[in-house]
Amino acid sequence: MLEKLFLNHYEAAAVILSGIGLTNLLLQRNLIKKIIGLNIMDTAVYLFLAAKGYVEGRAAPILLENGAGGWLRSSALYVNPVPAGLVLTGIVVSVSVTAFALALTLKVYEAYGTLNIDEALLKMTQEQEEIESEIENAEEKVLV
Amino acid sequence: MNEELKIIWRRFFDWVMGNGPRPENEVIPPEAPPDLPFTRKPKDKYSRFHEPTLRERYNNWLELHGLHIFAILYSAMSILVCVVIVSLLLVTVAELPPFGHERNPANNEVIRRYVEHGGFETGAQNIVAGLILDYRAFDTFGESAVLFTAAVSVLMLLSASRSKNNLSGGGGKRFHSFSHDDAILRNVASLSIPIILMLGCTVVINGHLSPGGGFSGGAILSAALILCANAYGFDHVHSFLNERTFIFSSSTALMIYAMSKGYSFYTGANQIHSIIPKGTIGNILSGGLILPLNICVGLIVACTLYGFYALFSEGEI
Repeated sequence: MLEKLFLNHYEAAAVILSGIGLTNLLLQRNLIKKIIGLNIMDTAVYLFLAAKGYVEGRAAPILLENGAGGWLRSSALYVNPVPAGLVLTGIVVSVSVTAFALALTLKVYEAYGTLNIDEALLKMTQEQEEIESEIENAEEKVLV
Repeated sequence: MNEELKIIWRRFFDWVMGNGPRPENEVIPPEAPPDLPFTRKPKDKYSRFHEPTLRERYNNWLELHGLHIFAILYSAMSILVCVVIVSLLLVTVAELPPFGHERNPANNEVIRRYVEHGGFETGAQNIVAGLILDYRAFDTFGESAVLFTAAVSVLMLLSASRSKNNLSGGGGKRFHSFSHDDAILRNVASLSIPIILMLGCTVVINGHLSPGGGFSGGAILSAALILCANAYGFDHVHSFLNERTFIFSSSTALMIYAMSKGYSFYTGANQIHSIIPKGTIGNILSGGLILPLNICVGLIVACTLYGFYALFSEGEI
């Protein structure tokens, strides 16, 4: 199995990278570091796709001239062009998601003054309890 | 009964410690309930005459230590989950066909079709450009729309906070502003910005002939804009790219993309001859719609990436 893993070392590296990203996403309490973990997972997917599209000894999928005014159109000359398009899609989506997540993180920081998700949640519950007690007080006043 | 025992115990305690006698009718102050963090206010069951049941003792213990134990369990479980997922995926990777082999199942008839007929059918020398802007143009339209939507939602999120800051007198600037009178930065920027802009335009316009295209060229263009903003200040960029021009150029580019691609989908689906010439492969004016679509995508990407930078550093475009 190790031999096969060494044969596919790009894919193995991609899988390990995505594991690192997932661990980061689960264990980090800082929101920015969580987003970095998400980006590491994205990068692992690009590495995997690029590795799947590569063919040994072939050129990039841009048509070459054959020297007589024509184009070399044999599919045995070029690597797989589909993963390049898929990676492009992935990059664009990951940029969009990262920007949106960072904007939300900025709003969380503005509201609670912390990037730690536990502290932010604690402050949120405290605020809710305060609001609930205020409502209870108001109800008691109304009843009295 | 319990109280009498307690008084007797107190007297015995005083006698052992050598304290003086206490008054007969002394009132023993009740013990203060423990000050537990993150708990509800203690109620009757915390009074000292109440014998806590096993369940209550367990609940108290859970309230005191539960968060800590949850944190330990959470990290242990997440590490376990990640290790299991990675090892499962590694086993799968070991079963994959060897890297870079030409007989891999990924290199099937789809690829052969794209490479052998792509040049003729799309008129683009760069097969990837023909793939993403002709065969899969709808997908790329979705990508541009996603990018535009992300930019608009970031604009909404961050500009709302800006208006609130203005109301409370906090001023528009969220962070410290750079001092924009750095002579070295300005001179280097004035030399390099034209070159970067030229490179970006080349990458966008040659998208169907060489590696690159709208997305990478747009990123280079936005790098030039960001450099300009850093060297000369955001006000300098505002003179030609403000919020109105940002929204206008992005949405116009998206609309042109949708219209032109809608035309080509319509003609393609109904077997009508399209008026857009394919051109000869290798010329700058070839590839049918790919060149204008690349320019549209480049505009959207340049505006959006610069917009992200401006919004995060200044809070406005």
